[in-house]
Amino acid sequence: MIAVLGLLVGVLLGLFLEPSVPLALQPYLPIAVVAALDATFGALRALLDGIFDDRVFVISFVSNVLVAALIVYLGDQLGVGSQLSTGVVVVLGIRIFSNVAAIRRKLLHA
Amino acid sequence: MLDQTALQRVARSVVARPSRGQAVVGVLLAVLGFAAAVQVSEVDSDDAYSGTRREDLVQLLQSLSVAQDRAAGRLADLEETRDALQLSTQQRQAALLESQERLDSLRLLSGQVAAVGPGVRITIDDPDGTVGAATLLNAVEELRDSGAEAIEVNEAARVVAQTWFGDGPDPADASLVVDSRTVSAPYVVEVIGDPATLAEATAFPGGLTDEAEALGGTVSVVTSDELRVESLAPARATSFAEPVT
Repeated sequence: MIAVLGLLVGVLLGLFLEPSVPLALQPYLPIAVVAALDATFGALRALLDGIFDDRVFVISFVSNVLVAALIVYLGDQLGVGSQLSTGVVVVLGIRIFSNVAAIRRKLLHA
Repeated sequence: MLDQTALQRVARSVVARPSRGQAVVGVLLAVLGFAAAVQVSEVDSDDAYSGTRREDLVQLLQSLSVAQDRAAGRLADLEETRDALQLSTQQRQAALLESQERLDSLRLLSGQVAAVGPGVRITIDDPDGTVGAATLLNAVEELRDSGAEAIEVNEAARVVAQTWFGDGPDPADASLVVDSRTVSAPYVVEVIGDPATLAEATAFPGGLTDEAEALGGTVSVVTSDELRVESLAPARATSFAEPVT
C-alpha cells in the first residue's frame, strides 16, 4: 500500500515541480530509471513468488542504480558512452521482459 | 484462471500493517517515480536537436555558418548601396537647395514675387512737370549700381531688367510711363537694398537730388528697415532667345 502511494507521490512531485536535471546527472538519469524499473519488476515477481524481502529489494534497487550509473560513467570515460548505455538498456530491458513474463505466468498461468 | 495464492499474497501485502520495510520500499518507489517523471518532462522539453547525430550537427553548423557568411556579404552589399544612396540623396538635396535659392533670387530680380527688406523710399515731387523719364532712368541706374535688389515706382510699376521709361503723353502734366503704366508725380520710388549705400547713390554731387532740383523738383530720401515691394512685373515669354545647354 505504502509502496503504491510512494510511487504515486513521486510521479506527482516530478510532474508538478518540474525540476531541471543537473547537467552532470543528465547521462545517468535515464539509465538509473531503467535500472530501478528492473529492480521493481523483480520485486513484484518475488512478491508473487512469496519470497519478497524488503531488505533484498532495497539492496538490489540501490545496487542496480549504482552499477548502471557506473557503467555509463565508465563508458563515457572510455569514449563508448552511448554504445554502453544502449547495451545496459538492452540487458535491463531483457530482464524486465523476463520478469514480466514470469509475473504473467504466475498470475494467468499463460 | 488466475492464481489464487499469488493474488492472495498481493492482496495481503497491500492491506498489510505498515512496517518499516514497507516505508523504505515506498520511499524508493517514490524516488523512482520522481526520477522517471523528471526524465520524461526533460525529454519533452528538449529541443529538436537533442537526438541528432554528431555528424549531422556538424553539417548543420557548417551550413549555418555558410548561410551566415552569405548573409553578412549581402548585408555589406546593402550597406554599401545604402551609403551610396544616402550620399546621392544628400547631393541631390544640396543641389535642390541651391537651385531653390537661385530660383528665389531670380524671381525677385525678375519681379515675379513681392519683396520685403530694408531700403530707401525716395519721393520726387515735380510741381512743374519738368522731371522726365531720363532723370528717373538715371536714378534707377545709379540705384542698381548701388546694389538695389527690388525697385518699384508709385507702388504700381515694378522696375526690372526689361522695364522701359517714357515721358507722359502731355509733357506738362508731370506724369511718366513705366512699362506702359502711367504714373504721376510725386514719384515714390521704393528700393530694397543696403539703405546707406542707396541713400548715398541719390545724394552724390550731380546725382538724382542735384539733377531733380536743377529741373525744379524736390527729392526726399527716407531710409527704412522694412520696405515692402508688392507690385509685380508682367511675366514675359521669350520668343527668340533660348538657353544654350
